[in-house]
Amino acid sequence: MSQPLLSVNNLTMRFGGLTAVDAVSFDVYRNHITAVIGPNGAGKTTAFNCITGFYKPTDGQIVLRHKYDKEFKLEEMEDFRISQHAKVARTFQNIRLFGGMTVLENLMIAQHNHLMKASAYTIGGIFNTPSYQRAQEAAKQKALAWMDRVGITDRADDPAAALPYGAQRKLEIARAMCTDPVLLCLDEPAAGLNPKESEELNALLRSIRDNDDVGILLIEHDMSVVMEISDHIIVLDYGRKISDGNATEVRNDPAVIKAYLGVVEE
Amino acid sequence: MSLHDQTSSSFLPMIKRSVIATIIAFFLFLPTLGIKTSASGGVDGLFLTYRWLLLAIGCGLIFVGRIVYELFWAPKDGVQKPAKAQFGLVKALGSAKVAKTIGPLLLVFAVAFPFLPFSDRYILDLGILIITYVMLGWGLQIVVGLAGLLDLGYVAFYAVGAYSYALLSIHFGFGFWMCLPLAGLLAATWGIILGFPVLRLRGDYLAIVTLAFGEIIRIILLNWRGFTGGSNGLSSIPRPSFFGLPFNQDPGGFAATFGLEYSSMQRIVFLYFLILALAVFTFFVTARLRRLPIGRAWEALREDEIACRSLGINTVNTKLSAFAIGAMFGGFAGSFFAAKQAFVSPESFNFMESATILAIVVLGGMSSQLGVVFSAIAMVGGVELLRQLQFLKVIFGNDFDPSQLRLLLFGLAMVLMMLWRPRGLVSTRMPTVFLKDKKTVSAAMISQGRG
Amino acid sequence: MNYFIQQLINGLTLGSIYGLIAIGYTMVYGIIGMVNFAHGDVFMVGAFVSLITVIIFGVTGTTNIALGIGALILVAAISMFIAGVYGWTIERLAYRPLRGSFRLAPLITAIGVSIFLQNFVQATQGARVKPMSAIISGGFTILEGNDFVVRITYMQILIIVLTFLLMSGFTYLISKTSLGRAQRACEQDMKMAMLLGIDVNTTISTTFVIGAALAAVAGLMYLLYYGVIDFYIGFSAGIKAFTAAVLGGVGSLPGAMLGGLVIGLIEVFFAAYFSSEYKDVAAFSMLIIVLIFMPQGLLGRPEIEKV
Repeated sequence: MSQPLLSVNNLTMRFGGLTAVDAVSFDVYRNHITAVIGPNGAGKTTAFNCITGFYKPTDGQIVLRHKYDKEFKLEEMEDFRISQHAKVARTFQNIRLFGGMTVLENLMIAQHNHLMKASAYTIGGIFNTPSYQRAQEAAKQKALAWMDRVGITDRADDPAAALPYGAQRKLEIARAMCTDPVLLCLDEPAAGLNPKESEELNALLRSIRDNDDVGILLIEHDMSVVMEISDHIIVLDYGRKISDGNATEVRNDPAVIKAYLGVVEE
Repeated sequence: MSLHDQTSSSFLPMIKRSVIATIIAFFLFLPTLGIKTSASGGVDGLFLTYRWLLLAIGCGLIFVGRIVYELFWAPKDGVQKPAKAQFGLVKALGSAKVAKTIGPLLLVFAVAFPFLPFSDRYILDLGILIITYVMLGWGLQIVVGLAGLLDLGYVAFYAVGAYSYALLSIHFGFGFWMCLPLAGLLAATWGIILGFPVLRLRGDYLAIVTLAFGEIIRIILLNWRGFTGGSNGLSSIPRPSFFGLPFNQDPGGFAATFGLEYSSMQRIVFLYFLILALAVFTFFVTARLRRLPIGRAWEALREDEIACRSLGINTVNTKLSAFAIGAMFGGFAGSFFAAKQAFVSPESFNFMESATILAIVVLGGMSSQLGVVFSAIAMVGGVELLRQLQFLKVIFGNDFDPSQLRLLLFGLAMVLMMLWRPRGLVSTRMPTVFLKDKKTVSAAMISQGRG
Repeated sequence: MNYFIQQLINGLTLGSIYGLIAIGYTMVYGIIGMVNFAHGDVFMVGAFVSLITVIIFGVTGTTNIALGIGALILVAAISMFIAGVYGWTIERLAYRPLRGSFRLAPLITAIGVSIFLQNFVQATQGARVKPMSAIISGGFTILEGNDFVVRITYMQILIIVLTFLLMSGFTYLISKTSLGRAQRACEQDMKMAMLLGIDVNTTISTTFVIGAALAAVAGLMYLLYYGVIDFYIGFSAGIKAFTAAVLGGVGSLPGAMLGGLVIGLIEVFFAAYFSSEYKDVAAFSMLIIVLIFMPQGLLGRPEIEKV
């Protein structure tokens, strides 16, 4: 297999005396869906926040590799730079959309850095230069393309907060994809979805994996989603990695069964 | 249930509540309306005057007021009435079409204003004052309304602009058009210097820190006598001229050059159009900025800062740009202020000014430029009306000064207007970009940042 | 050295006053998360009520300490009551209707209330400063050097002791009584507290009343200490007290007191050794420095950003 897209090595995060993530290592590959699972409080979201830069890890290395061997040390980067330069996009467990702004605006904001350059850091934008107009139009088309893919085009001009829950989840993924990521991190994307929406989500994630040349890292509670679409599963419990492998391997790992069901009594 | 039954069944409790309100009012008014401390020049220097009549009037007003409130406004039977239909005008301001019509009409009115029959010098001065506040409001709206950063020290940038103009023109003889961009630039620089360390703070903390900054600048202006003239301020600041033609009776003056009879009004009209032009410039620039990536990022920041960071937006720079651009317009307005008054002193830049501008923005609506116009007219014009209330002297005696009541009623108006419309006159927002049709976003959807 | 000790005493006295005002800020901020901008003006009203009652009792200039203290307790009680009514009314009329509304709204009404109170007092009491001669005069000489005498007046002792007593009383109230429990519950989660049967409105009202009453005591002390007040004293004292609350860590009562002392000391020392014109700049700069480098304050809990 080629070099991993993301290598997490010995990641540790302590809050005061509590060790939320304890020396966890794993790899994420391009065009793969990698799932991190584990019971509540296992440290999944904390690990996630370390990768996306919202927390500074106490210890460990997180390396992201672009093609042509360009490497980023994520643990040393500020959160917005991780998205801007290393091209890691994320969604949130409690959806964080710009609720008072329309669906289209949400997708335009995701292309902020690109558009800022195109507007010559606002100066060209004020005079509405042709190159800015072109960039603005292209950004709109890209937003439209993603709205089509997730199926919310008819709500383009509605405020994001007015969308039903399932559509908000999809919009958040579309918004993350509009930043042109190489790694897409999804924090419980299926939470709160009904079975039909869950099914649509699976299809969407597969299509992103197969067509957009990204690696997907997701945290999930919903085992059916995880087992069905993941190429690779990492199981955390009490901040430690207890299992690592494909769906079948993980499902049959006694450590995993114990963590999820407790000690099986005779 | 008939109206009569309802009234009689709730009559006694209503009286009871009114009596309670009156008792509370009695305690509130006793040490203020009821007893006055006056200086006499004795050993202790103070004696008390008892004003029982005034106290009784105050309590009586509360008693009657409470009954009137209960009869006409209060929720009946503990059930809150559904929100009343908004005033036609207020509601209409929120819709895109109406805004598109009212805006140009207002501009036409503003241009014609100096030539209307009732426009004497006083009215025109008031017009200049209102437009100055509209301009300041639009500047602060970028910071508070769009970026969601609560700035209670905006007047500091107004002061920087005013003193920049004053000092540059006095010491270097720079003309108005030379000073204007410099003043804006200096104010923006100060915006960045002050903003950089504090923009990480949460809303309320930011408010207090900016307030402290405003006060620091005022204290420095007050005490750095060699540079700023201290509390005496700086006077004899050169007045702006009409493309080099001064407004005076000289043969080379404006009137003589155009073959007009000299009148002091010419300068006022000129100043009026000057501030109008500056305000219109502010309007177009801020309206344009809002539709650019930077403006969308400001609003996104107000909606959810963490999401912004996850999308690769440099939130510090984005906030700083809002702060600096807002400050720049404050600087422009300040430099106009100095040119108009030909005199600046720290007194003009106290906290009341910041509070007034902030009230105009919040009352106008966080992202509606038209709302700011109306709230500036209401706040500045309404307060100015109070100056005219000389008849109150008949009630309160001759040493009563209605302009004292001006600020008192201003404070009261701020409270009442916020209670009436917590989200301002125009609470909806207009999308900055659209696919098929532009729909206004209702207030309930709009988030106001993390608080 | 003697000069230094004298300034230390003065600073502690002033700091006690700031600390008492700061408690009102810290409690209100803790419970409903708003900066009660009008709090400084409630302090000012308290000072005026104290002034009026002092004149009514006619106790200025007495050397009988027992009589002086007895009268002062009465004065304090009356101004605490009146200021409490002010605090209650302000919360009920200007803040409660906006609870849970758009977050800037209560701050704007608070500024409005502040402007209103200042000008209400100005209109009814006049704009001139109100001088008053000392109620309790005299004091001890602690140290006597060749060039400088260190004195602590009875007034300063009274202020510091009274502050200490009030502080201990309220710390007890907050940590041990059901009111304190209700307050802490509202602080954590207002909705949940309501569901559990805590009368949230009463709890918040009580918080405002307590804060206002303590501010009134501070107002009395300010009057005694400076011997002169005007309608504008609430503004800068308010900002400094807020600084004290932030410095101590918002939500912490001992923190507010500690912060008050630090701010009082900074102000007095800056005025004594550098420049009295810029002493407010020193206090305000302190606020900025604290917020930037230590936003959780001296005794506050650090805030973890939830993602």
